[in-house]
Amino acid sequence: MSSVLYDVPGPRAIARNRILAVVTVAVVAAVVGFVVYRMAATGQFTADKWYVFTFTNVWMSIFKALGQTLGAFALAAVLSLALGFVLAIGRLSEHAWVRVPVTVLTELFRAVPVLVFMMLLYYGLPVLGVRMDPYWAVVLGLMVYNGSVLAEALRAGIESLPKGQREAGYAIGLRKSGVMAFILLPQAIRAMLPVIVAQLVVTLKDTALGFIITYPELLYYAKLLSSQQGRPILQSAFVIGAIYIAMCLILSGVAKWLEIRTRHSPKLKGYTPDVGGGDPRVHDGTVTEVIAMQRGGGKFDAGGVGPTL
Amino acid sequence: MNVIFGNLDLWGEAIGNTLLVFFVGGIIALVLGIIVGAMRVSPVPIARAVGTVYVNLIRNTPLTLVFFFFVFGYPQLGLPDLSNTVLGILAIGIYTATYVAEVLRAGISTVPVGQAEAARAIGLPFGQVMTLVILPQAFRTVVPPMMSVFIALLKNTTVAAGFSIAELAALRATINDAPDRPGNPMEVLLWVAVVFVVLVMVMSTIQRHLENKWRIVR
Repeated sequence: MSSVLYDVPGPRAIARNRILAVVTVAVVAAVVGFVVYRMAATGQFTADKWYVFTFTNVWMSIFKALGQTLGAFALAAVLSLALGFVLAIGRLSEHAWVRVPVTVLTELFRAVPVLVFMMLLYYGLPVLGVRMDPYWAVVLGLMVYNGSVLAEALRAGIESLPKGQREAGYAIGLRKSGVMAFILLPQAIRAMLPVIVAQLVVTLKDTALGFIITYPELLYYAKLLSSQQGRPILQSAFVIGAIYIAMCLILSGVAKWLEIRTRHSPKLKGYTPDVGGGDPRVHDGTVTEVIAMQRGGGKFDAGGVGPTL
Repeated sequence: MNVIFGNLDLWGEAIGNTLLVFFVGGIIALVLGIIVGAMRVSPVPIARAVGTVYVNLIRNTPLTLVFFFFVFGYPQLGLPDLSNTVLGILAIGIYTATYVAEVLRAGISTVPVGQAEAARAIGLPFGQVMTLVILPQAFRTVVPPMMSVFIALLKNTTVAAGFSIAELAALRATINDAPDRPGNPMEVLLWVAVVFVVLVMVMSTIQRHLENKWRIVR
């Protein structure tokens, strides 16, 4: 693999790289080896430590806990997307009485840690006489935080679109809502799809916070398991950890795939990602590309996957 | 207000612990992140592979689970005893290091290819290409996202509350489990939220200031 940072290595560089490679391998092997050695020395690999995982019941419970995790994630993802749209559109409103409160709310939601918000809902609300299920505390906490983050992403996506898009929308007689719904949002969503999916990965990871407010999800079950016969603390952490990592890797994979697809998409040629948004030169140069991209647009939508050029 | 002045000692301890976790964890994250970030752009394929595996593995693990490994798992290994706070700091440092590494790598890749090519064309070796040409430019684009990472780190310190580390988010339990302490959970948590909002706002102000100060016009 070649990089712009360095040349194809010559004989001396090859020798030096070999030494570095050996050092890296040695350090990594030492760290991993030490941990494995300690685990072996403290009997983490003995059969009775893994005994609990031979029961079908345990696995049934793990799947149930997995269902709880995914249940909270699914609802939180849908709700936070909905909230994200509402907040993003509200923040772009022309009316100050909508824009200002929504801006303050978004900033506030982003500044409060998710866990504190969940605790407010779960431990705080009973003071006011509202008893809340941990499930709802987790879902609402995730919704509010991720919703506000998604709102920012969508807003950035909309604001980085060429100004001509909005103007053209008005020129063909669309109303404000029409411009937003048919012109700006579809492009912003497509451009921001990788960011949105990446945020969903964060949502999935954050469901694990439910453990702290006693929502019976995967990690909570891991804690429960660790008090079983043989005290398999590390073992249950490994098993549950593998499940989490597998789920997140799948979602991250989707995000990466979308990102690569977006980069090759003919529909987004005129789109200029972040920074330099105010630079007029950037937009002037893209007028023909925008037209080309709109021409190619119809078939792209219909075809689903569409041609990769 | 009673909830603050009646428990002033606890608030002091909690804020102190939160800042301790934040700063020490941040330093660990920065040092480890720079090492891993350097590995990810290095010319040694094995180093790149190790960096990639580390980043992908930890980034796709919930922070709560990393804490679980350190706080509950570490004592199982029969190594010297470490307090929960130390283990928590290690956990959050190792978790955040992956984000630091990614920000650094992204920063390096925003430097135009021509810069590195020009530097190589005048005969600079890898070390000088990096220290004299790439890093000074990358540093400026890295600062704003790096501050975002540290804002996230500050908010993530709350996770430590679930692992009996006496920081801000754990204050609710401490105050409410003591019979003679004033304040109900709602009050405590709202004030905790206020503290975080203030801290985050201070950090975003610094971020905006640095961003304007070091903006590059290309």
